[in-house]
Amino acid sequence: MSVHDSTIKTTAAVDETGAGTNRILQTRGLVKRFGGLTAIDDVDFAVEEGEMRCLIGPNGAGKSTFLKLITGRHAPSDGSVYYDGADITDLDSYERVDQGISIKFQVPSIYPELTVRQNLRVPLQRVASRSEYDERTEATLEQFDLLEEIDTVAANLSHGQQQRLEIGMAMTLEPDLMLLDEPVAGLSIEETEEIAELLVELNDEGVAFVVIEHDIDFVASIADRVTVLHQGEIFTEGSIEDVRADPEVKRIYLGESGEADAEERAGPEADH
Amino acid sequence: MSADSALETITARVRSPFEGPNTTGNSNAFWTAFVLAVVGLFLVPAVSPGHVSDLTLFMSYAFLALSLCFIWGYCGILSFGQVAFFGVAGYTFGIVGINVGAETGALLGVVAALFVATLFAAALGYFMFYGGVRDVYVTIMTLVVALVLNTFMGQTAGSEWAIGDARLGGFNGMVGAPNRAIGTGSVAIDMTGDGLYYVVLALLIATYLGLRALVNSRFGYAMVATREDEDRTAMFGYNTKFIKLAVFTFGGTLAGLSGVLFMFWSPGGYINPDVFGITAAAMPVIWASIGGRTSLLGTTTAAVALQYLDQRLAASGSEYALVVIGALLLFVILVMPAGVAPYAERAVDWIRDGVSAKLRGDPESENENAPSNSEVTK
Repeated sequence: MSVHDSTIKTTAAVDETGAGTNRILQTRGLVKRFGGLTAIDDVDFAVEEGEMRCLIGPNGAGKSTFLKLITGRHAPSDGSVYYDGADITDLDSYERVDQGISIKFQVPSIYPELTVRQNLRVPLQRVASRSEYDERTEATLEQFDLLEEIDTVAANLSHGQQQRLEIGMAMTLEPDLMLLDEPVAGLSIEETEEIAELLVELNDEGVAFVVIEHDIDFVASIADRVTVLHQGEIFTEGSIEDVRADPEVKRIYLGESGEADAEERAGPEADH
Repeated sequence: MSADSALETITARVRSPFEGPNTTGNSNAFWTAFVLAVVGLFLVPAVSPGHVSDLTLFMSYAFLALSLCFIWGYCGILSFGQVAFFGVAGYTFGIVGINVGAETGALLGVVAALFVATLFAAALGYFMFYGGVRDVYVTIMTLVVALVLNTFMGQTAGSEWAIGDARLGGFNGMVGAPNRAIGTGSVAIDMTGDGLYYVVLALLIATYLGLRALVNSRFGYAMVATREDEDRTAMFGYNTKFIKLAVFTFGGTLAGLSGVLFMFWSPGGYINPDVFGITAAAMPVIWASIGGRTSLLGTTTAAVALQYLDQRLAASGSEYALVVIGALLLFVILVMPAGVAPYAERAVDWIRDGVSAKLRGDPESENENAPSNSEVTK
């Protein structure tokens, strides 16, 4: 494999892949370059089973790019991604989903011309039989407070409803690892609180999360551990209290707003 | 009462595989009209023998229309070169048929033609979809493929361009494909006149119903989801590249079937490179655009109606047929961007609701479903 020897910081093979540990996701020396720009630079990252991890960092830190490397939307320039102990670097997106990874994109990615029911049918038919469709659709919509909109065309939903619908669709696949890219962007305070409750509830059921979010209060309300990404590298990692208290973290958030907006400068390829 | 509801259960059960949100026309009224139309079409040879030949040709082209409706309307792959598969199948049928001869030649020709068209679509689709070609580039590539074939076949006039007994003939075309009967040994089905008409009509109905069932199946949902948002669909665990390849390949088979049926209709078993030309390539796109690309029936009806119009205009002795059809296309795209079918469905709903509201004496709900521009033009 392309795990190059120079970047392996641990010697035990078991640690390299995450096999034999309870790490559900692990990256080793992950690099993504767009032309001459390094968006993700040698990232070693790990998430435990059932963990709730938040990924924060200033704009252009490479958070979305990192998520796309995990989902297979982008191929890494170097390094590897391990899921449940197995190397998934060369798998297509859809194969990774079959392994148990699910994602909510940054921009609400629902099917705008289909109704809410039809939207849910797309993930649902992968995991349920025809006779279960109605029951499971209603259960999901109940959970995400969308039951009244069951026959509404998705384009006519509010932004918050679209966010909830997409999380509901992603959760329908019953993933073990859920990736959320800004799940509460553009939501009201009440809606944000509802989503936080929902995520904690799902996390209690054993689903591991990696959540990208700017709203630090929201992060504090859900996260066990926080990873700060800066200029494509892991800046620091720790509990939310530690990270909040860290003056260096404050400095990168406030002081260097003109700094590398890596993703945006990389052009449309880095977009969703 | 119980007899009525039993009948209702039976019709609902028969209808269910063909119905769903992915097709227009999901009502008893629709199916009644459909059955009446089919009966009407089967009676054409008895009632109006003068129209049999034209209708045979128009219905043969309807398979080409359906192939584009299927891949573009339901999976978002706008191919401008469906005629490539039509023409390749036509030529293959001719080449095999001429070399083998008679009704056995026709039978082998059909098999070979469908096989080659399918394989060609699969190969082209593989390189496009697995090579990351998307959207408008698919449109351009498919058109280029058709035009390359047009140019290539056009320069095959010399006697060195022959496969066995089949002379390709350049722009003069190839003649002599055995198209009067199909079969083997003592079993042969007449493929001329009324016989061909019934074969084409039966195949068209079967294809239409088959596609309706397909687009309302699980695979149909996957197709529509891929059309709406490919990345999102891949992240629900669907192999979208394979879905597009499978759809495009089957579209090639359907277009090939259209080419084969055209060869049976074609007097003297004649085909020339015009089938690959830009005018021919544009026609399926026009049929689907005007009829409504997400409606199998709309596209089929538009194909037949527009060919009829084209032929009438051409018969009046001038070249302006294409201009008229082009103007019609512009008009429809400006006024009804989704094509006629979705509007027709709304209009029917509106009239029906209006009538039932009148019967109930409930005037308020009369205009509830009025066709509104904003609803469709999103």
